[in-house]
Amino acid sequence: MAKLILLWLKCVVLWAIVEAVFEDQVGKFDWRQQYVGKVRFSHFDTHVQSSKKVLVATERNVFAALNTRTGELFWRHVDKTGSEGNIDALLQHGQDAVLVVGNGRLLRSWEINVGGLNWEVVLDSGSFQSACLVGQQDMVKHVAVLKKTAISVHYLSNGHQKWIENLPETETVDYQAVYSDGNGEVYVLGVVPHSHIAIVVYSMEDGEIIKQVNMSVEAPWLYNIQASCVVVGQGMLTCVDSAGVSFYMLDLHLQLQMTQVPLQSLALEVDPGFHPVLLSHQPNPARQPLSEFFLQLGPDHYQLLQLNNGQIAAMRDFKPALLVSFATTGEKTVAAVMSPKNKTVSKCEIERSLPSRPVFSSRAFLHIACSVNLFSAETGRRLLDTTLIVNMDPNGGKPEKLYVQAFLKKDDSVGYRAMVQTEDHTLTFIQQPGRVMWTREEALSDVVTMEMVDLPLTGTQAELEGEFGKKADGLMSMVMKRLSSQLILLQAWIGHLWKLFYDARKPRSQVKNDVTIENLSRDEFNLQKMMVMVTASGKLFGIDSKTGGILWRHYLHNVPPNAAFKLMVQRTTAHFPHPPQCTLLIKDKDTGLGTLHVFNPIFGKKSHVTPPALPQPILQSLMLPLMDQDYAKVLLLVDDQYKVSAFPSTKNVLQQLQEMAASIFFYLVDSSQGRLSGYRLRTDLSTEQIWEVIIPPEVQKIVSVKGKRPNEHVHSQGRVMGDRSVLYKYLNPNLLAVVTESTDLHQERSFIGILLIDGVTGRIIHEAIQRKARGPVHVVHSENWVVYEYWSTKSRRNEFSVIELYEGMELYNSTVFSSLDRPHAPQVLQQSYIFPSSISTMEATLTEKGITSRHLLIGLPSGGILSLPKMFLDPRRPEIVSEQSREENLIPYAPELLIRTEWFINYNQTVSRVRGIYTAPSGLESTCLVVAYGLDIYQTRVYPSKQFDVLKDDYDYMLISSVLFALFFATMISKRLAEVKLLNRAWR
Amino acid sequence: MARLPTFNVAVVSTVLFIACTDFVCCNNGRRVGDNLETEFSGFSVPLEHSFEVDDVAKFRVRGALVLKAGREPSVSLSQNQLSEDDRTKLKEVAAVDGLYRIRVPRVFLQADRQTERQMEGYLTAFVRACAMVESHLSDVISLHTDVSGYLIGVSIVTLPGACRGTEVEDEVDLEVFNTTLSIMAPVNAPGPETALFLERMEQESEKKGKNPQEQKSFFAKYWYLILGGAIFLMVSNSAQPPAGGGREQS
Repeated sequence: MAKLILLWLKCVVLWAIVEAVFEDQVGKFDWRQQYVGKVRFSHFDTHVQSSKKVLVATERNVFAALNTRTGELFWRHVDKTGSEGNIDALLQHGQDAVLVVGNGRLLRSWEINVGGLNWEVVLDSGSFQSACLVGQQDMVKHVAVLKKTAISVHYLSNGHQKWIENLPETETVDYQAVYSDGNGEVYVLGVVPHSHIAIVVYSMEDGEIIKQVNMSVEAPWLYNIQASCVVVGQGMLTCVDSAGVSFYMLDLHLQLQMTQVPLQSLALEVDPGFHPVLLSHQPNPARQPLSEFFLQLGPDHYQLLQLNNGQIAAMRDFKPALLVSFATTGEKTVAAVMSPKNKTVSKCEIERSLPSRPVFSSRAFLHIACSVNLFSAETGRRLLDTTLIVNMDPNGGKPEKLYVQAFLKKDDSVGYRAMVQTEDHTLTFIQQPGRVMWTREEALSDVVTMEMVDLPLTGTQAELEGEFGKKADGLMSMVMKRLSSQLILLQAWIGHLWKLFYDARKPRSQVKNDVTIENLSRDEFNLQKMMVMVTASGKLFGIDSKTGGILWRHYLHNVPPNAAFKLMVQRTTAHFPHPPQCTLLIKDKDTGLGTLHVFNPIFGKKSHVTPPALPQPILQSLMLPLMDQDYAKVLLLVDDQYKVSAFPSTKNVLQQLQEMAASIFFYLVDSSQGRLSGYRLRTDLSTEQIWEVIIPPEVQKIVSVKGKRPNEHVHSQGRVMGDRSVLYKYLNPNLLAVVTESTDLHQERSFIGILLIDGVTGRIIHEAIQRKARGPVHVVHSENWVVYEYWSTKSRRNEFSVIELYEGMELYNSTVFSSLDRPHAPQVLQQSYIFPSSISTMEATLTEKGITSRHLLIGLPSGGILSLPKMFLDPRRPEIVSEQSREENLIPYAPELLIRTEWFINYNQTVSRVRGIYTAPSGLESTCLVVAYGLDIYQTRVYPSKQFDVLKDDYDYMLISSVLFALFFATMISKRLAEVKLLNRAWR
Repeated sequence: MARLPTFNVAVVSTVLFIACTDFVCCNNGRRVGDNLETEFSGFSVPLEHSFEVDDVAKFRVRGALVLKAGREPSVSLSQNQLSEDDRTKLKEVAAVDGLYRIRVPRVFLQADRQTERQMEGYLTAFVRACAMVESHLSDVISLHTDVSGYLIGVSIVTLPGACRGTEVEDEVDLEVFNTTLSIMAPVNAPGPETALFLERMEQESEKKGKNPQEQKSFFAKYWYLILGGAIFLMVSNSAQPPAGGGREQS
């Protein structure tokens, strides 16, 4: 039986178009970029001198090894999202890297050469505090993990637990840190906030408590050990107190009393309002830490100090210094200090910009190049020839962290490379004397929204366009203009030919076609576009869609961490000489206050147009098809007083708005109250509410509202049925699909609701309930159909459902659609299917004219992107095959949708954690450009109806032209022969 | 056999779930009592309308909606005629392309007491006043409820819906509303139709089983053709396959 079903399904599937990528097309039209996210921990692989690895553990729960020569990934492990896969600590020893994952849930050890898992152990429950490697007699064999109530020690070789001990007095003491310096003892440091320090010393051998100190060491100013204390030298716990402005020192071996050393006695002064931070270094966990340490006194002020026989001595003062770091190679330890390079020009810039515009002071600051210098840790002396110059990107962020890889040169001096992390999540790897080896834009691991913008025409093409755009001024000058532009074209063509000829002589590998911002131009079929990507960190990117190269980047300062972004294209490249214009609305989710950033999407430059200040929280923004005299589309912003402001707001625009006001409607959704309301614009740019639908939030809550894409074209008004009649589609451009989920999550009573509402009149076109179903619901709304995916709690599987709307056999008004004049409700057809996988995201393909059949692009959690023909999701698929349905090419109904491997458009290029898929039409009707983004970015093209408008690569031009010529000559000759024959006959 | 216990557990748990839901229903005690009460007595809410030349809504009572709750809720409407003033005003509003709005209060149909039925707020809808005039006050009003009986939306359309600017002789045409009223609950969306599909598959396989002609293997059916082809090949003695067939023309 099952076999039969399978056979039947196979037959059914064979109906569909088979499409896949050929082996030689791999990488030709597509590219993938892999990212890791913002780096949280990083270690250079130092166990081999010539190692090329840097290990990174990131905030997006990724653990990876990067190649320090190229910046590419050696290997990458992507863990679960959210707190379950959160990486708490990264410890490295030799070839092993130990990770604590998921708030102390798992302890894992990785082999760093190939990225294989050595072992994994599940730890006892309890919230994670700290972890450290424990060494004995110069050998590191154990790792200690401190939890809120217990400490456990594991073998590094196999992860087995050596011992576990419950901590004493956990009700009062907050244990925060664990320390070991290779003398066979493990120190657990805790604090009773604002009272005293507690120290428990365990024996490494069996976990016995050797010593316990409580109550005696008073420290009323201390509440967080890890933030304000470090262990320095021979087990001296050194803390800094910002309120009392002094050091406190405690010998961990004696544990008698904290000695107070005022900072003033060392002639040190903390910047007002700054919390001083200590930085120490323990090169080997089996030995004691260095006795030298850094004290940060201000945002750009560091001090190198030394502990000598219980006395702190100041060694060197660094001001201005942005970042400091220790690095060890062999027996030598150096301190790297990054300081801004003194440039008089930029200094002036700071001074000029500071008083007038404090917002841009940090920007001006970034123009400075920074320099990194090495200092000997023991003496504090500057090492010669160790200066490294870092040119900061003016469109980037401030440097945040400095990682230094030190190595011994042949002459036993210390050389180094530096990895700088900036606040825009960029990693830059720099070699002496300042050569940037690579940069990684890790902000791209968190793309929020994107748009694709057509590239501009080339200069010559634009010249031609401009000629037609201008007004005619006399016959003669027009002729001259025409001739000159033709000449320019000819010149360009000859240049192109010459380049072709020149390139053809070179071996193929040497031919470089690097795309730079200067030679960007639209190709013949508009297949190459500019991808404008907005990331959660507030950095904007312009990426060439053909190669994936980043053409421009722009970091927006002062973007709130929980901002919502909306990117709109106000003016496309079609209006030469006006530059294209994009507007990004950045809205703080808490306050609702927004700002606008207006920029040129091709070059990434901020526009000269000053956006309006938005003093009120923004409820809704909408792009109108109206244009001002400069061809910029009008953006309407609705604030919380229901007042509307327009951008651009020239007189021309306001006049147009007044004329159009009666036909401008918009809707607002308040999902907390379940309220959907419609508004109409008045001529004085105030609004009035005209309809209201309230879905009680006690029963169900609105989870998503989806309209149609404004740039979507539908080519055919209806579908031709088997009997040659036409079933007309209900193509309402104002239709909204509202998805609700029940508040009752019991599996028998939970449901999801689908409402189709007209956005102008508020009329509920259709209301359906999918019982025993649960979210997350993914919706695609296009043409006359809505496809949604949900989890069926009854059958425990993922299901797809499709709703199609038809007007019937005749159209009500075939010339124009108006929501105000469509009295008849459409016919609603619906069908559901089983889908064998859960999905991450879903989008429909989009083409220029809408002739090509549609596919659904489905991002799967496995990393595949499936292109599912919409043909399979058609509520008219018949249960019983009839002559008419066969005539119509309808596939007989089968309850299960299959996943065929040919349908994966990204073949083996897995896209991790797909969050969104963006589709854009190209100049070719058959081709749709697709970008999938998540942790990775993948760009490709799809041909839903195959490439019906493109000749094949292996098309035989020779054959067809020779046949043509042959036929041509044959007709010529036969014509001649026929003439001769006729003449002969006439003579006869 | 190892699967059996888990299956049992599943069955037991589903039975438990059913028992639980039953229990919850009983505990509410709403459905039994409610049906009896509401079948006999409906309750009425006002249907209000507003049409003003300056488009500032001033709602006045147009009629009374009598709602009957229950498993299949029903609704009826009793409404007044338009007064002389109202008629002229409606025509004036239509002349400036104003709106004709209606509203109903939010109600909960399944509640027992009147106080529980009424909720805060109104549901509003509109139609162009000129459409109202030109259709001679013939409108279609539908009330939408959600799955638990809350009224969530109201919609109004006129038949015909267009504004063509035709002159309407008043008095007779604009006196009485010709309203078609309906109340709509959400429909149940279908799930995947597995049962029917399996049935059909079974039928087809049975059909095939009955017909032994179909069961014949490929060789049994076409042995003579294959034999003929083989003999032909042997006779013509062409060992080479025809050239050019290897290239695929896609």
